Amino acid sequence: MNPADNAWVLASSALVLLMTPGLAMFYGGLTRSKNVLSTMMHSFFLMGLATAIWFVYGFTLSFGQDAFGGLIGGFQHFGLSGVGGAPWPDQTIPGATFMIFQCMFAIITPALISGAFAERMKFSSFIVFMALWMTFVYCPVAHWVWGPGGWLARIGALDFAGGTVVHINSGVAALACALVIGKRKGYGMLPMIPHNVTLTLLGAGLLWFGWFGFNAGSALKASETATMAFVVTHMSAAMGALAWVFAEWGLKGRPTTLGAASGAIAGLATITPASGFVGPGSAIIIGLIAGVVCYLAVLAKATLGYDDALDVVGIHGVGGVLGTLAIGFFASKAFGGADGLFFGSAAQLGPQVIAVLATTIYSLVVTLIILYIVKAAMGLRVTDEEEETGVDTSAHGETAYNL
Amino acid sequence: MKRIEAVIKPFKLDDVKEALSSIGVQGMTVTEVKGFGRQKGHKEIYRGAEYLVDFLPKIKMEMVVPAEIVEQVIEKIISAARTGTIGDGKIFVTPVEGIVRIRTGERDLDAI
Repeated sequence: MNPADNAWVLASSALVLLMTPGLAMFYGGLTRSKNVLSTMMHSFFLMGLATAIWFVYGFTLSFGQDAFGGLIGGFQHFGLSGVGGAPWPDQTIPGATFMIFQCMFAIITPALISGAFAERMKFSSFIVFMALWMTFVYCPVAHWVWGPGGWLARIGALDFAGGTVVHINSGVAALACALVIGKRKGYGMLPMIPHNVTLTLLGAGLLWFGWFGFNAGSALKASETATMAFVVTHMSAAMGALAWVFAEWGLKGRPTTLGAASGAIAGLATITPASGFVGPGSAIIIGLIAGVVCYLAVLAKATLGYDDALDVVGIHGVGGVLGTLAIGFFASKAFGGADGLFFGSAAQLGPQVIAVLATTIYSLVVTLIILYIVKAAMGLRVTDEEEETGVDTSAHGETAYNL
Repeated sequence: MKRIEAVIKPFKLDDVKEALSSIGVQGMTVTEVKGFGRQKGHKEIYRGAEYLVDFLPKIKMEMVVPAEIVEQVIEKIISAARTGTIGDGKIFVTPVEGIVRIRTGERDLDAI
């Protein structure tokens, strides 16, 4: 066990945890004031629910010894048995440190999805949906990419900090949710204006801050790789913010604060899978592409006609795909992993495309199945009257702002 | 006694209050309101989605004054609140039947 590595990964775990309340603010500010608490509750409640699942069987399904052809982990770490102070295999940190770091990822990934069904999902159905989604989507996909013997890792697909597991996975699941649960009442007719953009900006700041733990912590060591991941994470976030603002300024005539925040998050989501494999120059380009492409993806939502309330698909889904594919072009052995197309090898493109397709198709299909089961069993939406009143009062019996 | 109700641009509140104090208006009630008239609304853009916001923030001030200074009050409000652009607001004048000061029970002009 290396104390420096352990200290860094523990600190990173705390940073990643902070992203979830950050996300609650980021999302909460974008809703109407009658739904801000219910939206923040999705994130906050998952800090409890996802942790409980992670303790009982989530960790072992993701990171237990391979049980079935690289698809899922076995039960040897059920209830965290055998996960303690001893170094985790092939690592210099205790098993429990690795477990708690990964726990934070298992919290924020389902929380990301909640932006798609904000302002209308029934809370009891939310709990059941999330428990099933963690079990049947998050854990297997995490095992494919990061678990011992996972099949995507075996074919050489690279995902440093969660482009597939976290961002494509949540973005695609968000699309399925938006399609099945349907639009908010009055979507397209009533103005649905963010009620507190300052809260969103503060949340974006906390996400940016926590993302250093997310990406640089994924080195699982206090190493050169951690430093470079830290640096490229920042570069991409910064360029994402600039690119989005200039793109919207050019297209719609106004540079918005929400655009700056969204662009930074797009840059962060996109660099995530590539953060251990690319240099700062590449990160600048990746961030610029992320800002523009994610902005256009969010604009396309209006044409495509689904109500992804808080743009999980356009920012996390599209960003995750961009970043995972970017590895095939921008990765360089000088930083770790493999050489991409721009560094002399086309070989990495194949596994990256397979990783994108496999995650997208699996997440879409299984999320749809889960949604239809929950819909048939207990319904997904609050009643029209509850939606009209606001989910804060009707579901939680609270009002956010009592002035 | 007349009740004067003026809807003005929010940033003009202090100027109007100063102008009215200078001619001896001793009290007023101010409310933040939203509304529209000829100015109509404005456009807001969130992540590329454009919304027409019809209701603009305004300040509504209310006060009751003796009938003989109504014209003076109106002039002061106009001179302080006018910018010359659309959306400067309106002034409404209505008669008041009676006033009571709760603390002392004084009535009408004594209670202003």
